[in-house]
Amino acid sequence: MSVELKQYQAPVWNEPVILDMGYPGRRGVLFAAVEPEIRQHVGDASDLIPFAMRRQDRPALPELSEPEVLYHYLRLSQQTLGMMGISLFGTCTMKYNPQINEAMAWRPEITELHPLQHEDTMQGALEIVHNMDLMLRELSGMDQFVFQAGGGSEAAFTNCAVTRAYHASKGELEQRDEVIVTIQTHPCNPATAAAAGFKVITLMLDESGYPSLDALKAVVSNRTAAIMVNNPDDMGVYNPDMKEWVRIVHEAGGLAFYDAANFNGTMSKLRAREIGFDACMFMLHKTFGAPKSGVGGPATGAYGVSSELAPFLPSPLVVRDGDRYRLDADRPQSVGKIREFLGNVQVVLKAYAWTRSMGAEGIAQASDISVLSNNYMEKGLLAIRGVTRSHPEATTPRMEMTRYSFQQMKEETGVDIHDVQNRMSDFGIDPLWASHEPWLLPEPFTPEAGEMYGKEALDRWIAVIARISDEAYSDPELVKTSPHNQAVHRLKPGMIDDPSSRSMTWRAFKRKMAATG
Amino acid sequence: MRDVSAHPYMANSVPAIQQEMLDSIGVATVEELFVQIPEDHRLSRPLHLPPALSERELRRHLLDILSKNSTTEDNLSFLGAGIWQHHVPAAVDEIVRRNEWLTSIYGEPSSDHGLYQAWFEFCSQLGELLNLDLVGMPVRSWGTAAGHALRMAARLTGRNEVAVVRAIDPERLSIIRNYCEPPEMANHIAIRLVDYDPATGLIDLDDLRAALGQQTAAVYFEVPCYLGVIEHQAAEIAAIARVAGAQTIVGVDPISLGVLSAPSAYGADIVVGTIQPLGIHLHAGGGVGGFIATRDEPRYAAEYPTLFINIAETIKPGEYGFGRALLEQSSYDQRENGKDWIGHSVYMWAVAATAYMATMGPQGFVEIGEIILQRAHHAASRLGDLEGVRISFPSGFFKEFVVNFDDTKKSVSEINDALRAEGIFGGHDLSSDFPELGQSALYCVTEVHTHADIERLVGAVQKVIAR
Repeated sequence: MSVELKQYQAPVWNEPVILDMGYPGRRGVLFAAVEPEIRQHVGDASDLIPFAMRRQDRPALPELSEPEVLYHYLRLSQQTLGMMGISLFGTCTMKYNPQINEAMAWRPEITELHPLQHEDTMQGALEIVHNMDLMLRELSGMDQFVFQAGGGSEAAFTNCAVTRAYHASKGELEQRDEVIVTIQTHPCNPATAAAAGFKVITLMLDESGYPSLDALKAVVSNRTAAIMVNNPDDMGVYNPDMKEWVRIVHEAGGLAFYDAANFNGTMSKLRAREIGFDACMFMLHKTFGAPKSGVGGPATGAYGVSSELAPFLPSPLVVRDGDRYRLDADRPQSVGKIREFLGNVQVVLKAYAWTRSMGAEGIAQASDISVLSNNYMEKGLLAIRGVTRSHPEATTPRMEMTRYSFQQMKEETGVDIHDVQNRMSDFGIDPLWASHEPWLLPEPFTPEAGEMYGKEALDRWIAVIARISDEAYSDPELVKTSPHNQAVHRLKPGMIDDPSSRSMTWRAFKRKMAATG
Repeated sequence: MRDVSAHPYMANSVPAIQQEMLDSIGVATVEELFVQIPEDHRLSRPLHLPPALSERELRRHLLDILSKNSTTEDNLSFLGAGIWQHHVPAAVDEIVRRNEWLTSIYGEPSSDHGLYQAWFEFCSQLGELLNLDLVGMPVRSWGTAAGHALRMAARLTGRNEVAVVRAIDPERLSIIRNYCEPPEMANHIAIRLVDYDPATGLIDLDDLRAALGQQTAAVYFEVPCYLGVIEHQAAEIAAIARVAGAQTIVGVDPISLGVLSAPSAYGADIVVGTIQPLGIHLHAGGGVGGFIATRDEPRYAAEYPTLFINIAETIKPGEYGFGRALLEQSSYDQRENGKDWIGHSVYMWAVAATAYMATMGPQGFVEIGEIILQRAHHAASRLGDLEGVRISFPSGFFKEFVVNFDDTKKSVSEINDALRAEGIFGGHDLSSDFPELGQSALYCVTEVHTHADIERLVGAVQKVIAR
């Protein structure tokens, strides 16, 4: 494999912050004044506001014409590499967001639909939600899904709320105050468990790459509310004891939750319910082709449960009565609301469209390609000087991700993983993802090939890593001062940490700069 | 390898490429790569999903389904109650739909500089509307913002009770209850609901004083409140909270802030609210988004669960870039010891909202606030003139108001059914959530409603109640 790397230069617009732009009196949008009849009837607007509540100053927003605003943000969009290079951001499952799905989701039949409309006027939206529910049931074996959570973390919180309600219904919530996770469970699981009021017990990995059964048995008790785990983890290691884990937790009266964030490698191969899990979640904004929107959403954490837990799900649920769909809010054991309304219905629509385009065959193939591509990349990456792999002694093929380390290169050259990230962007490639905290492996990195990118793109990604390794060993300063071909240079160290200079708004920045001269 | 055409979304779905990759790693079949999964974990049959559709078939299929929706554009709608119809400039839609940031992860500030700048400008412009220096990246909704803010206040004060206005969106209150944890949990935050005056919709100050005590971490109220009323005792409420050693948390609709005081002016410590009115469509409820803002003090900054975007100098003199300040206190870094939790939110809507605020400018916010006030008051007054129709809180509201139909001897449900037959979506039915208000509906009137629209509504209501 020999790849010639292309020259790349990001657009450099030196675009001012928008609050530093404009001219007094310019307008970006106008509103017609109210009709004379209205004015005569109600008089001046200011008289309609209680005196104490009238704003005295004008907000110090910029004054710009419409094209000035439009082109400012188009220039900023140009300075966003996004997915145009190659983004193999591990655990995020970078996936094509089909344009047909965007076009459909932005039609007025969805954008102009109010969630409190009468059911009769939103049968289309409810049909999509219900049919997505049915397809996810088939993919997981669960009995009911709900789409209220606006992301995976919120779905994890939903699970914690459902767990509370389930144990409270048995009068055991006070006693069952512990949630068990592994150190490789995504941070949102321990974080939402703690925010929901549970104590968190974290199991560490043994040399096989997952915690031992004995470690689990040692912490499971009549205080166990639930386990929250993923499988495989983001090192590509699959825990083969998971059925036994679930059995042990069930025997102790706890619930088992499967965070299927890493579903790309196992979709069509296994189903959470058949392994014994009571609940699971899918990320519609990654696995199912809807956009992540800058790790920000709007996203959807689809949360599914067994029939035993279904009464506790957030309300309302979309149900089908013959040819009609309706919202069922008469659910006395429900945890109520996790987020307003039905969730991000437009994201559900995009995921529904993706699933209909892929079909069962396409989904199975996407899973195959993800795992094949990861193993293909592994061969190329491990051949690069300074790169090692987690659990080097585990010889079975990893699933859709592998965790690597640049520790050896750091020790030998001083170039760390953040330097590598910055330097990657000089080649028009999105910086690699390191790892969640804590870093079990030093100087980690975790590419996830997914099914979208072609072999040429994977080869180019590997070639960039190889080039940066060469540079680290021959000219480390080049890497340590990168990026060089980007829209801006790296931040000066220090300002971000000092409250007297750290500025999260333009007004704070002006004030702090004036204070320090 | 399957004998099917390559799928348009998957470059490596060409069998020959897969064979090249298999040959490269010396493996005979893809199946061999899945040996980690034990046999008894595997699904023993193919998935039963509906057949795959081509793009053309998919489009037709989705259009058939979507045609069963009848929207606020097809009808004349007066629904609000947590998500509202406002004009979205076409330029805002063009900006937010750019593929460049449609799907990217947040790369390092180097690769996604433009997206970071847009986000910083969102926080900065919202800071100008609020007159506050510290604004976090959006959270998922107003309800989640309020829930997080109450937990922030509990941590800041070390107390475990909060006083919450009872004239609140029941959905928001339900979320708050989930965030405040059930009584069985050790860190349960008890919620004391504060009554409103049935004549004015304003907070009952005596009930507020009675609700506060040594354990009160925060007082939470909204301007305007869920029932539409502008809470003009705001400064007094904040003063009462301060005396009790509690934080004042205020929820606002930022589209009102060209004409209504910023909450910082009347004593708010933490401000939360919605961002949906700032250039975001309804999206069947998927348009919601929330924010948290405070004074720029380290003790507040240390309790935010949100992402922060900071501006800073780069190593090149005179150049500025952006970073992710205080990420180390988030659950990404601290797991169960982080500040609540962080995760996917609605950062795409931050892009829409920053474009909207820049388009509006200071004069746009003043004018839209005035137009909304005039149109809403005109509509309320016209409806209130009808026989049997009463405006429950007839003065001091912003864009929503409560219309009572008790004397018409008709239920809101009946009236709305009849209006719907005329192509009108009446106000949100409050009769089950607020039984003390009788047969009442929450009507929303904004800049999009013309004089003719209001007359059409009044005529239709008159016809319905005369039946």
